[in-house]
Order: sequence, then C-alpha cells, then structure tokens
Amino acid sequence: MSVTYDRVVRAKPPVTVGSGSVQAVRRRRRPNYRLRRYGMEALAVVIGVLIAVWSLLPIYNMIIISLDSHDDIFSGAVWPANPSLESYRVVVTEDFWYLARFWHQFGNSFYVGLSVMFLTLAIGSLASFTIGRMRIRNGWMLSNAALMTYVIPASFLAIPMYRIMQIYGLSNSLWSVILALTTFATPYAIFIFSQYGKSIPMELDESARIDGANPWQIYFRIYLPLMAPALVAVGTYALLLAWNEYLYNFLLLSTPDSMTVAVALAQFLNSDESPWNFMMATAIIYALPPIILYYGFRRYMAAGLTMGGVKG
Amino acid sequence: MSGSRLALGSGRSAAVSGIWPPPWRWMLRGSDTAWAIAFVVPYVAVFAAFVIYPIGFGLWMGRDPALYGLLFSDPLYLTTAINTLLFVAIGVNVQMFLAFLLSGFFLSRSWWVRSLLAIYLVPWALPGLVAFTSIHFMLVTQWGLLDSLWRAVTGGDGPLFLVSAWIAMAANIVSYIWKWMPFWTLVFLAARMAIPRDIHEAADIDGATGYRRLVHVTFPLLANVYLISTLLSTIWTLGDFTTVYFVSSGAPAKLTEVLATYGFHEAFDFGYPNLGVAAMLSALPVLIPLVLLLMRRVRVTGVQL
Repeated sequence: MSVTYDRVVRAKPPVTVGSGSVQAVRRRRRPNYRLRRYGMEALAVVIGVLIAVWSLLPIYNMIIISLDSHDDIFSGAVWPANPSLESYRVVVTEDFWYLARFWHQFGNSFYVGLSVMFLTLAIGSLASFTIGRMRIRNGWMLSNAALMTYVIPASFLAIPMYRIMQIYGLSNSLWSVILALTTFATPYAIFIFSQYGKSIPMELDESARIDGANPWQIYFRIYLPLMAPALVAVGTYALLLAWNEYLYNFLLLSTPDSMTVAVALAQFLNSDESPWNFMMATAIIYALPPIILYYGFRRYMAAGLTMGGVKG
Repeated sequence: MSGSRLALGSGRSAAVSGIWPPPWRWMLRGSDTAWAIAFVVPYVAVFAAFVIYPIGFGLWMGRDPALYGLLFSDPLYLTTAINTLLFVAIGVNVQMFLAFLLSGFFLSRSWWVRSLLAIYLVPWALPGLVAFTSIHFMLVTQWGLLDSLWRAVTGGDGPLFLVSAWIAMAANIVSYIWKWMPFWTLVFLAARMAIPRDIHEAADIDGATGYRRLVHVTFPLLANVYLISTLLSTIWTLGDFTTVYFVSSGAPAKLTEVLATYGFHEAFDFGYPNLGVAAMLSALPVLIPLVLLLMRRVRVTGVQL
C-alpha cells in the first residue's frame, strides 16, 4: 500500500512548489516511511501475539487441567507439576461412573449429528429447488418462513418445545433432538441453496425438461450434483450445529443411554467434588471431531459465508 | 405474529421479481404441481410442527396477565432484565467493532497472518459448553489459571472473579465476545474481499490511506453488512443461553442471570414453566421490532447471511 503511494508521490510532477523543495521533502520523507513500515510491522506482530494468546488461553486451561492428577488440580501452577495422561485413560476405558456409557454416548452424538445433517440437506434442498427452480406461486412465503425461523432465538422456544415433544411422544428419544435441531438448521440451508442455485443456468433444467425428465429427475440428476459445494458447506454447518448444541440435548435427553456427550459432560457440574481433570479430558475428546471437521472443510465453510452473498 | 406477517407481505415483490428468467411454463401441468407439493411438504411439516406449534403453545402458556405481575414483582427479574440489556448492548457492539477492525488485519496475505486466522477461528468451532466450562474453571476459585498467572506476574493474590457481580457479568460478556467475534470477523472479511480492487486503488491515488480509507471508503461500503450483522447478532445475543449458564452460572447469588437462563431456571428448576415462558415473552417488545427491521433490511438489500 505504502509502496504504491510512494511511487505515485515520486512520479507526480511538481505542480506548485519548486523542484528544490520537493527534493527536500522527499529526502526527509523516505526514511520516515521506512520507519513507519517497520513500526506497522511491529504493531502487527504485537496484535498477532495478543490474538493468539486471547484465542488459546481457555484451550490451554483445558489441556493443563486434563493433564493434572487428581490431587494437583488447583495447585495454582501455570503448568502441572506431574503431567499425566491418566484422565484420558479413564475416559477412553469408561472408568468413572459419569463416563460409564461414554462411547455409547459418543455414538449417540454422531447419530444425532449425521441425522440432522442428512435431514437438513434433504429438506432444505427440496424446498429451495421448489422455490428457486420450479418457482411455485407462493414460494416467497416459504422463504420468509425460513427467515423468521432463522431469527428466532432457539432458547426462547425451549420450554414449549419440551412440552410439545412430550405431546408427540418423543420425550427422551434421540429423534426429538434431531427434529428440533433440523428445524433450526434448515433455514440457513434454504438461504445458501437459493443463493448458490442462482449460479446454475436455468437452461439446463429446461433442456432436461424437453428431453422428458420429470422434476424429481431434474432435482436428483442435475440440481443436486451441481450444488455439491453448497451441500458440503451446509452439511458441515448442520453437523457442527448438532454436535455443539447443548440446551436442547439437555432438555430432551435424560437417561444415560439416550444422552449425547454434551449432556453427559455437563453432568460433571452437578456436584462440586467432581474430578475436573476427567471432565476436561472428556471435553477435549468431545471437541476433537468438530475441530477436525472444521479444519477439513474450512475452505467450504468460508465459501458458505461468501456464498451467502454478503454483497451489500 | 400478526405483526410479522404484515412485514412478510412487503417482501413479496422483491422475492418474486428477481434476476431469473420467467417461470417455467411446465408448472401449469397437473403432475408437476403434485411434484412441487411433494417437495415442499417436508419443510412445511417441520415448520408447522416445530416452529408454529411451539410459538402458539408458548403464547398460550404465557397468556395470563397475572404472570407478568408476578414477574415484575420479582426483584431478581429486574436485575435479570438490566443484565440482559448490558450483555446485549456491550457484547454486541464491542464484538462488532473489534470484528470490523480485525477483519482489516486478517486481510493481510502474509503466511503468518493466515495461520493466525486458523487459530483465531478455533473458539468458533469449539462447542460452547466446552469453551465456557473451561473459562468458568479459569475464574471460579483462587487457584484458577487467571489467578495463577496473576500471582506469577504480581506476586499477590488475584481477584475472586465470581464473587463480584460486576466482574462476573464482565466475564460473561468477554466470554461471549471470545466465542462469537471470530464468526463476525469472517463475515466482514468476506465482505471486504468482495470490495472491488479498483475502488481501493482509486482511493490510494486520491491519497486516502490508512485511517482515512477506513472511515471514508471501507466503512461506507460495509455499512449495510455491518448494520444487518449487528441486528442479527443482537437478536441472537438476546436469546443466548450457553454463555451465562456456564461461565458465571448466575453467580454470585443469581445476580448475573440473563432472560434465557432466568426463564430456564423458573421452568425447570423451580417448576413454573408458565412463568419461564412469560420471562422470555417479556423480551418480545424488543425482539419483534428488531426482527421486523432485520427482515425488511434483508429483503430490501438482498444481503443474506
């Protein structure tokens, strides 16, 4: 940036001032610029270090607590005196009563996450195909319904949702969580799909139509394959949403066999004497899939944000 | 919800008249209509069963005016309302402003800034429960990490964070910003990258660099995204549950609850679900205008998140 400016200033012919004074100004300015550039660079590094510390401090805290042995927690050390992987062993072998069904619950979390992902993709893509491609007459009502759902805070619906799941006979069933979270993930899917769908030429559908394809074939053979990047972005979003969600999991699932990891993890907070090192080890294992998923699909997720068309 | 229906109507022309070619004629054929109906039935069913029904049910639960009398006579409710206001007003604005500035920082193409961005986004990918519990442990006793660091630096004992309502509330707000600022930074980053290069070049030639460029070129171009993001974030923050539930968990003495956690405790700990619903419904006078404003902005400008 400053390089361009430098060049422009230098290239500019002296207009009102004599060439001598311009020379003087230039001589004084050039080192000034260099100094400023180094200053900026140093400032950037300082900001960078602050950002890294800021982002990683709670994660560092998790790691040191999980490496503590039980007696050492809160010894007030910045690094544990006798770091050990004992807590991780306890979690992996389900060697503590809160963790007795850990792998089963881990499986539940995956089941919920994958089901929410699949349902969101199916319902969202079908709806946006009908709104965007088939152009049904009252499609605007559907997209407004989606927008409305998107802006309602999920926690405000929690109490009635809890009651309604009992009415539907879904209490303590994984499907209650799956359906509730699908409801909250679908609006985003519809937005992204309708935005992205605009980039697929309508002529493709029309020519397929002339060749005798019915809407389902157009949807399945043309629309879905071309939407692949958007499907990946939304799928990742839905999976992360379902895996990371706490409130609905907690309200709707109560027995150890139906719990997801999130609920099991928060159980540790019920008692003051819980082994926090076990809890933090569990938390780290629970946080690994979303982190891996996020790094694996970062490109697509960032694309999802841009796809959303932040084009104000 | 009748109010929002009114605003929904305003979106009609914008939604239908788009840049698309005219509608398919084949929609007129009978069998295709059947396909179209079959395609939207899943979404309509989900919407009716899990959005409309709960909203109606919630309004019905909180229909009794006496509930609100009971609510407003609770001194803790007043504290909760003020906390929510502080949480939203400070949390959202600080987060948005910093996210806007940081998105400029992350625009840099150097390798270390790019890898820093990957680290910076970790809080966003982390489950809220995990992150906020960890922050809670950093604060809760005098042996938490923050106090240990304090002791290592100054030699004296650090503050007890969750004993003072002010510090606990500040901890909630800072944690919320920690978790969600990366997301909004990414949104602004995407918006900044969408600004055509020649605009910046023109500004450069006109001598607008640094601070001047930020204020007179970049910000006006991003103003719309900034406004919509702020509105959306305000609505989400108003309903945020996880942060306060885990970071301060209301400590000390329930003085740092927000509406979402207050309603939750009324409903599931004290067994007054109607009162819990009423507490959340009491946010509607703020929530509905925000939602209407947001929906209108989104429709008018076509910005979508």
